[in-house]
Amino acid sequence: MSHLIPPSILPYVLPVLFGVVIVGVFPLVAGYIVLAERKLMADMQARLGPMRVGPHGLLQPIADAFKLMLKEDVIPAGADKFIFWIAPVLSVTMALLAYAAIPIGPAFQIADLNVGLLFILAVSSLGIYGIVLGGWASNSHYSLLGALRSAAQLVSYETAAGLGLVSGLLLAGSLSMKDIVQAQADQGIWFVFAVPIGFFIYLVGSIAETNRAPFDLPEAESELVAGYMTEYSGFRWALYFLAEYANMVIVAAIATTLFLGGWLRPFPRFHDHLPGTSIELLDAFPALLFLAIALYCLRLAPHQPVKVQKLFMAGVAGACALLAAVMAASLFAPAGVMAGIHGAFWFIAKVAIYIYIFLWVRFTFPRYRFDQLMRLGWHFLIPLALVNVIVVGVGIVLQQQWAVSPRLTEILGTIFMLGVAVFLAREEQQHVHAVEVAAESGEGE
Amino acid sequence: MADDYKPGTSEMSTTVLGADELILNMGPQHPSTHGVLRVKLKLDGERVIGSECIIGYLHRGVEKIAEHRSYQQFAPYVDRMDYVAAVSNGLGYCEAVEKLLGAEAPPRARVVRTILTELQRIASHLLWLGTHALDIGALTPVFYCFREREEILKIYEKYCGARLTTHAFRIGGLQYETYDGFEQDVKRFCEDFGHKIDEYETLLTENRIWLGRTKGIGILSAQDAIALGVTGPVLRASGVKWDLRKAMPYAAYDQYEFDIPTRPNGDTYDRYLVRMEEMRQSRRICLQAIENIPSGPIMAKVGKVLKPPPGEVYHSIEAPKGELGYYIVSDGTTQPYRVRVRPPSFINLQAFDRMARGALVADVVAIIGTIDIVLGEVDR
Repeated sequence: MSHLIPPSILPYVLPVLFGVVIVGVFPLVAGYIVLAERKLMADMQARLGPMRVGPHGLLQPIADAFKLMLKEDVIPAGADKFIFWIAPVLSVTMALLAYAAIPIGPAFQIADLNVGLLFILAVSSLGIYGIVLGGWASNSHYSLLGALRSAAQLVSYETAAGLGLVSGLLLAGSLSMKDIVQAQADQGIWFVFAVPIGFFIYLVGSIAETNRAPFDLPEAESELVAGYMTEYSGFRWALYFLAEYANMVIVAAIATTLFLGGWLRPFPRFHDHLPGTSIELLDAFPALLFLAIALYCLRLAPHQPVKVQKLFMAGVAGACALLAAVMAASLFAPAGVMAGIHGAFWFIAKVAIYIYIFLWVRFTFPRYRFDQLMRLGWHFLIPLALVNVIVVGVGIVLQQQWAVSPRLTEILGTIFMLGVAVFLAREEQQHVHAVEVAAESGEGE
Repeated sequence: MADDYKPGTSEMSTTVLGADELILNMGPQHPSTHGVLRVKLKLDGERVIGSECIIGYLHRGVEKIAEHRSYQQFAPYVDRMDYVAAVSNGLGYCEAVEKLLGAEAPPRARVVRTILTELQRIASHLLWLGTHALDIGALTPVFYCFREREEILKIYEKYCGARLTTHAFRIGGLQYETYDGFEQDVKRFCEDFGHKIDEYETLLTENRIWLGRTKGIGILSAQDAIALGVTGPVLRASGVKWDLRKAMPYAAYDQYEFDIPTRPNGDTYDRYLVRMEEMRQSRRICLQAIENIPSGPIMAKVGKVLKPPPGEVYHSIEAPKGELGYYIVSDGTTQPYRVRVRPPSFINLQAFDRMARGALVADVVAIIGTIDIVLGEVDR
């Protein structure tokens, strides 16, 4: 096939193809993340969640997408039409643009930029403009308040999350996403275990950056109706929604790459084989997992209420079986192909776990108030992140100059950082208490 | 009341705004105004510097309707005021008319009334807890609360066929005898419910975000609370030990042991704790009551056509939200000359402005939630 394409554009074919696939497929992925969220939420809240459209609600995202596309597109009378139009487009473009530098496994990446991480951070920060402009252009008080909150919140938490990332970067010594993963393979440790505090800071910061509960103040439903997107409806609203979920996947992908070892398999030194074969147990895990899901779906199929749903469930089982077959077949493929496919599996699995934490937190905690959120950011997370960067730096110097064991510096550094965290939390608590006392004495006058 | 505070003063009525000021209209269509309350907020940034509650979107003229219905015909209407505590409304009305007639419900009816009313208090508080937590951003407790509330509604459904607006009581006693297994149902619910309250508390009571969102928010001093006529859990959380079930016992409350929980600070967190404790106390009352339901008739001899002697009566009960009073004037005919309701939600809502000044927008929803209003009762 390669002789059909002029050699001058050959290097661009594959990246463009990946790009089209990501832009084309991502909305569907986002839809299914929403379904997973609703199902998980339902499970934690003693109910069933979507059950009507398709078996166990499996077609719900598609129904939702159609509904949103067919809805009336309302532009409020006082709105600035051009900015109102461009704001959601900006949000979603920036969110999708960041995927260019994310490696989904060693084989699938559009561009391995040498400043990959910086590029992703820069582009996804531009997405804030979509929120601020959208809130401003709507000409509504709720939207404006939401936009103001989001501007302040994103600036503060981007700082904290960025400093959290720096601690990992110091260990990796590169901004290229591929080199970061390679560094973790070489050092034989995922950076989440080397700098757990840095990971924690990034986790909290990334929840706030993506406007997820308990930091979902810009769209706080019970306060600001829907914050910056109050006036948006139909497809424009869907674009904002898509941007939010795209951002969630991006922060999860960054965390996976930098802290959770990217596409690396867990337990790289565990080499036990499947009995009677030369296949490693952990390499067979993906195939077995999909096979188990396929069997489970097959078992559920006869219990579906309608014949169409029975067939559909069987189809889902078939799809999972196919995936299992691909995973199994790749075990016998050349090493590069296998690494590509299995790398993608582990990467997506880690991203899914990270997103699961997001959802879990959302269903569990009440929402912060705006001033409390800012205080948490500036008085706790940012100082903690700064000290963490210094501690990691000192640790690296100790390793390089005096050849101190990396594990020892990591453990000592983490213990020290936990002490700092406790100290900061206590200071913060005393500060809040002092403010309360002052407020109460002021009240009594 | 503090001297600097004058309700409904100039801040809201002036149309001139400062450079940083903004009028935000919350409601009547807003996710957390609990129905159709409309609050006009004057904001400086996100800080509330003035507020005004605009009510009447759910006004149905309940009091006027009473003047054209016989005493029995009006009884179902009272269920539609505080529709999440219909049984309590019914109890207040029936007892008020009984007082006017000089009749008294038989002991068995009084005990059954007490049980059903206390279950209603639990149901009402559960609804409050769920929606209050939802307003503050905790998505999950509301479903747990509804799960338990459902059990109470099932007991009502078995007892009288209706779940929400039950019309469970009649003037003079009860229409229906309790069903087989009533005691066991109530007992099973109460025994489970003890653990269930602990479950809600593990989600909220010690949660740092919850503490931050409720402690010190919407403080109402005992002095202010009394001056504004606030009653119920809101009053008790300000440190005033006043509960009509103890102060002027009605139904069968004088027979049971229970405590009146109070808290000293009068903030949102204290109101939360008071209501949680009240649910425990209601459970305690129910458990005592089902142990010994007296046998005997369930209806006093009041006759088919009620013609109370001319005169007037005021009777009030401790509804889940506060003092629910009925002032009924009779002119000796079959229809009341005037029925005036003292709805706790309406009067407690007065305290909103006092609590909200100086708070943030996020606190406003917490304060609306903590007053526990039902607009059906505010507007009538």
